[in-house]
Amino acid sequence: MTDYTDKIKEIAKRVLAEGKVDMVIGFRAGTVPMMNQPHYAASAEAVEEMIWDSNCGLNLANYLTDKKGKIGIIAKGCDSRNIVTHVIENKIKRDQLYIIGVPCTGMIDHHKINAMFDKEILKVEESGDQITISGSGFSETVSKQDLLAENCAVCTHRNPVEYDELAGELVDEQADVDQYASVSKVEAMTADEKWDYFDDLLSTCIRCYACRNACPLCYCPTCFVDESRPQWVGKSQDPTDVRTFHLLRAYHCAGRCTDCGACERVCPMGIKIREFTKKLNKDCKELYGWEAGLSLDQRPPLDTFKADDPEEFIK
Amino acid sequence: MKNLLEHTGIEPGRLHFSWISSAESTKFVDVVTKITDEVKTLDPANKKYVKTEPKVD
Ligand code: SF4
Ligand code: SF4
Repeated sequence: MTDYTDKIKEIAKRVLAEGKVDMVIGFRAGTVPMMNQPHYAASAEAVEEMIWDSNCGLNLANYLTDKKGKIGIIAKGCDSRNIVTHVIENKIKRDQLYIIGVPCTGMIDHHKINAMFDKEILKVEESGDQITISGSGFSETVSKQDLLAENCAVCTHRNPVEYDELAGELVDEQADVDQYASVSKVEAMTADEKWDYFDDLLSTCIRCYACRNACPLCYCPTCFVDESRPQWVGKSQDPTDVRTFHLLRAYHCAGRCTDCGACERVCPMGIKIREFTKKLNKDCKELYGWEAGLSLDQRPPLDTFKADDPEEFIK
Repeated sequence: MKNLLEHTGIEPGRLHFSWISSAESTKFVDVVTKITDEVKTLDPANKKYVKTEPKVD
């Protein structure tokens, strides 16, 4: 995917020069390997810093919220779906945007890669579908397919759904993947096992809220976890408080989550937070036939009412 | 709502939803009685998601 870089730069420079946009949101290299940073480029020089590789897992839609002016944005499949969600939720106007679509072949999981080596990783290079990871005294080349982030491995919307221009040829969508395999595994457990599974999952959470900050859906001016009058949820490390935070965070994403994986990517503890949102995504699909962010003209299931909405649980 | 809570291990039978208008006092009494009766039949050992005194390890 590294060959998109030149094309992205070319498009970004052109739309800036033509005055179509005031800035382009993309990525530049981070200070450590595998940690590309969001980058706002308003000039041709700034565009030169832009890159594209398999470490662009953050969701750039997160940086659009309530922005003024005309904005160019680089969007892979999931970003484009979150951009659509933003437009539907009036967080940005479609005509403010120039979307540079990037057909995606998946992002790599830095948690997985870090766990593979005892030593510090100093360099991660990409060539085609091979990733070479090296540090002092070691170097290993692994197929990208084996390093994909979990959400990318089961992604069925790699191509952007909404764009003004593409930075590459559309890619084939993955067809024979089970998006909800991990959810089905938990569904098969007893209530006690489920409880323990999630207790264990969350046991290392430090309540840093990085997952919330990275999520394009979490744009409230004051998050419920930060309010103190009233205080909706305890601020301690008590497992009850931690679980409450995670449940409520997930509910706020119901019918909106695109499974972009930004939350898991940024979690310093490597917690599989998508286990919560994925269940809701699966329910949305089964109950309403809905997947978030696929079309600008469809209202999400939780803000419409239909007489035949499922309601077995209401007595 | 119910699905995710039960998915994360809340015992089925502990969670109830109902739609009651402020004018439906008798329905309210009926529903609450039914819920309390039903929950009382459940094993108290499965009572989870209750904040207790902090654990000291
Ligand atoms: S909850 Fe996680 S996977 Fe879902 S949209 Fe937000 S950051 Fe992406
Ligand atoms: S990013 Fe990870 S550690 Fe931080 S609050 Fe979210 S789940 Fe907890």
